[in-house]
Amino acid sequence: MMVKSDLPQGTLELLILKVVALGPVHGYAIAQRLQQVSRFVVRVPQGSLYPALHRLENRGLLAADWKETETGREAKFYRLTRKGRAQLEKEAASWERLTEAVGLILRLSEGGAE
Amino acid sequence: MSWWHRLWRRRQMEEQLNKELLFHLEEHTADLIAQGCDPEEARRQARLALGGPEQVKEECRDARGTRWVEDLAQDLLYALRTLRQRPGFAAVALLTLALGIGATTGMFTVINGVLFKPLRYRDPDRLFTLNEQTKGMSDYRWGDLWAYSYPNYLDCMHESRTLEMAAWRYNGGTVSAPGEAEHVDGVEMSSELFPVLGLTLARGRAFLPEDDRPGASPVAIISDGLWQRHYGGSAQAIGKPVVFEGKSYTVVGIAPPGLRLYSDADIFTPIGQNTSEIMRRRDAHPGIDVWARLRPGATLEQAQTELAVVGRRLAAQYPKTNAGRGFVARPLRQELVVEQVGDDRGTLWLLLGAVGLVLLIACVNVASLLLARAVSRERELAMRVALGATRGRLVRQCLTESALLGLAGGSLGVWLAALGSRPFVALWPGSLPRAEEVQLDWHVLLFALGVSLLSSFLFGLAPALRAPTRDLEQILRAAARTVATSSHRLHSSLVVSEIALAVVLLVAAGLLGRTLLRLSSLNPGIDIHNLLVTRAALAPSVIANPAGIPAAWQDLLERLRRVPGVQAVTMVDTVPMREGNNQIGYWTTPSLLENHQLPLALSSSVTPDYLEVMGIPLREGRFFDEHDRMGSKLVIVIDEVMAQHAFGGQDPVGKHLWIPDMPCIGPKGETFYDCTDPYEVVGVVGHVRHWGLAGDDQAHVRDQFYYPFAQVAERFLPRWSELMSIVVRTKIPPLNLLEQLRREARGATGDQVLYEVYTMQQLASRSLAEQRFLLLLFGIFAGLALLLACIGIYGVLAYVTGRRVPEIGVRMAFGASRRDVIRLVLRQSLAMILAGVGVGVIVALVAARLLEHLVTGVRSIEPFTFALMICVLVAAALAASFLPARHASRVDPMRALREE
Repeated sequence: MMVKSDLPQGTLELLILKVVALGPVHGYAIAQRLQQVSRFVVRVPQGSLYPALHRLENRGLLAADWKETETGREAKFYRLTRKGRAQLEKEAASWERLTEAVGLILRLSEGGAE
Repeated sequence: MSWWHRLWRRRQMEEQLNKELLFHLEEHTADLIAQGCDPEEARRQARLALGGPEQVKEECRDARGTRWVEDLAQDLLYALRTLRQRPGFAAVALLTLALGIGATTGMFTVINGVLFKPLRYRDPDRLFTLNEQTKGMSDYRWGDLWAYSYPNYLDCMHESRTLEMAAWRYNGGTVSAPGEAEHVDGVEMSSELFPVLGLTLARGRAFLPEDDRPGASPVAIISDGLWQRHYGGSAQAIGKPVVFEGKSYTVVGIAPPGLRLYSDADIFTPIGQNTSEIMRRRDAHPGIDVWARLRPGATLEQAQTELAVVGRRLAAQYPKTNAGRGFVARPLRQELVVEQVGDDRGTLWLLLGAVGLVLLIACVNVASLLLARAVSRERELAMRVALGATRGRLVRQCLTESALLGLAGGSLGVWLAALGSRPFVALWPGSLPRAEEVQLDWHVLLFALGVSLLSSFLFGLAPALRAPTRDLEQILRAAARTVATSSHRLHSSLVVSEIALAVVLLVAAGLLGRTLLRLSSLNPGIDIHNLLVTRAALAPSVIANPAGIPAAWQDLLERLRRVPGVQAVTMVDTVPMREGNNQIGYWTTPSLLENHQLPLALSSSVTPDYLEVMGIPLREGRFFDEHDRMGSKLVIVIDEVMAQHAFGGQDPVGKHLWIPDMPCIGPKGETFYDCTDPYEVVGVVGHVRHWGLAGDDQAHVRDQFYYPFAQVAERFLPRWSELMSIVVRTKIPPLNLLEQLRREARGATGDQVLYEVYTMQQLASRSLAEQRFLLLLFGIFAGLALLLACIGIYGVLAYVTGRRVPEIGVRMAFGASRRDVIRLVLRQSLAMILAGVGVGVIVALVAARLLEHLVTGVRSIEPFTFALMICVLVAAALAASFLPARHASRVDPMRALREE
């Protein structure tokens, strides 16, 4: 079995926003998508998925409607609001800057050891 | 969804949450089955992956942000339930709090109304009062502020662009028609006054600028009260005549009810129609008040600058009267509230402090009640901690409970305050300024809310902090009746503080009581029994002709003397123990000191039989007789205090005094000031407590001298006649003669009236009114404090001894007698009481200094009073402890041990 790492603090919400940005989707599908996309590297705690979804909904970053799935069942579908999209762009940009900087530092320290 | 939405749709939110999680589980299970899992195993795995459903739900609920409201609601319900379970406890706690908070709120209602409320005029912050101000020349009595002279007012009024000014002055007199003649307070005012204040008349019209001129036809505005009394409130009063001071005016308007300037006034006349000489003089200051409103857009700085410019211009134009004289504006509110309320301010704050102490005691009492309950609920609380409640949650719950108690008690208290503050104001000695403003408003409600929450916090904190955290096991395992030492210590400290607070209030009440006793037994210097004093207004036609005034007074006195039951009648301008005095500087050599360094004395002009009527003892020389009159030698009689002060041990009779502010009379009967003629002292009489029984010892000016009314110059007689009072010595209780005296006084024209009638006993008693009033209130507070402290000590001892029953049982089984048990309990209580007394005495010493400072006549160091009050307290507290002690001594050792 592969060693899975925990998500860094605060990134779960970013990931959720990204997944929801692709189109209206229900909670279970979000969990699946996260699982697949991260190729099982990242352990997404399903238990904290729903509190995170509800937090985002209450902050107005997500909106939700009850709709039928392809199988004809009723599920709560989340979609991104305009505010959510802005937040996603902002956070994604800052995440990229951060990882870039961290990567740079990591490479630097290797170079320094040579 | 909004926060409110989430709060209100709670049930719907819960359902949707369940549905969402269920959907997740089922989809996951289905997927797993599709991957080839056994259905049972699939369900298990799906559940594992999601985690504990309750935990997930809890976290989702937290995410809603409405959690604390739900907790609060839960806590409130819980608190209500626990309170309902113990109705006795709830009732005592509520009542205690209602009394404490009610008293405090009531006191604040009064303070708020009298001191804090804005003036009842439109836009009151833009109103100012104006005075003349002299530089480098401050009068030894009144400082450097002066009332305006009328010409100066007119110049300022016409030249000011920033201020809209109005002038008014007091003008009391007799309204003689329609209806029965009556002396009323009146006001002469400029036509701008009502517009400046933003007042509209109840009926009719205000004065017009053309009314406010010499020679205009006389018009008057009358008060609502006068309208009711003399016109029966008839709408036809407008346009009717009113005769005031012998002159007929046409009523043009009725003032709004409740209008007050400094005090009530019944008749308003245009000041511009007053053509007397004093109104034309720039060096005279006939008591004119100038009030002004800042014009829109103007600032106070601009107004002051402008006044300074006008002042300089007038000083250049009229150097003789206006050199060094400027004008200054001060906020009207400050003048009206701060200076008018004056001494009452200290008393108000003192009383707020006292009720604050009562409230503190109430809080301590409720705290000890709650604490006793918290200790018996310890196991319940420990159980909840064991079941996962956090300490913060428990503290919050305890505080919710006390806040509920506090707010309920506070609501009751507000109700009590609303009921009580009016009667309280009515009881106030003398009249409380701005008393009509004393009403509940949102300031008061806010204050009550604050006080309720603060006291909830005070009395709830100790029990809340006892919420168990450690030793859960021990508490859960322990038998119910184990002595909790830490709670015992907390309990004792509550009792100690209660006793200490009660000591402070008791000592304060004791000091006031002693003061009242001591002051009442003082000799006022006159025989106050069967003595009536009244002001009298001569007929206006007499005043118009000064030469006839002495005869008119003679005639009035003669007629009053003939009333059966009257023994003697005399006249004086300043009556002892009533408002009004005339302070004049004197010196013993003609080379006068600077005016403001002269010693001051109270001067009174009297008729020769004054001494005998008042019952003042003659110490040396003689009093006046009919030979002391206009043209004869100027004579005065001094009192023994002034004799000592001015002449030391020497015999004053035959000595001379120079009194620069008293006019001299020239050889042809003309009068002039700054003369060098001395007054000869012809006699010395006993000292009279002019400033009242309480105030005289501390008064700044105690020297007194008398001069004959017959030597008052003719041109001063109209003014003096406004001031003179009549003193009647009677053979029967004087108020019985009042109607006859009034009738007899009316005179030929029927328009001479007696007003401001008192018996001398009333005046003497009134001079102690403040002390009596404070004693009454402090007596009530101290009684309340004593009662609460006794209940507190009883409650705590009953509780503590109740918990010690097994121990007492053991002691008795080993041979302790009932006496020993009683002694044991009483010793414990005595220790608390003495500790409380110790702390209390220290605080009381400070409080006594404060009382001494604020209340005339109180002495702070009174060991006897201290001792007496402490004995009362210790006795009462021991009596309260005796019941639980006796109860403990009746413990049946066998049963006690079996219970253990």
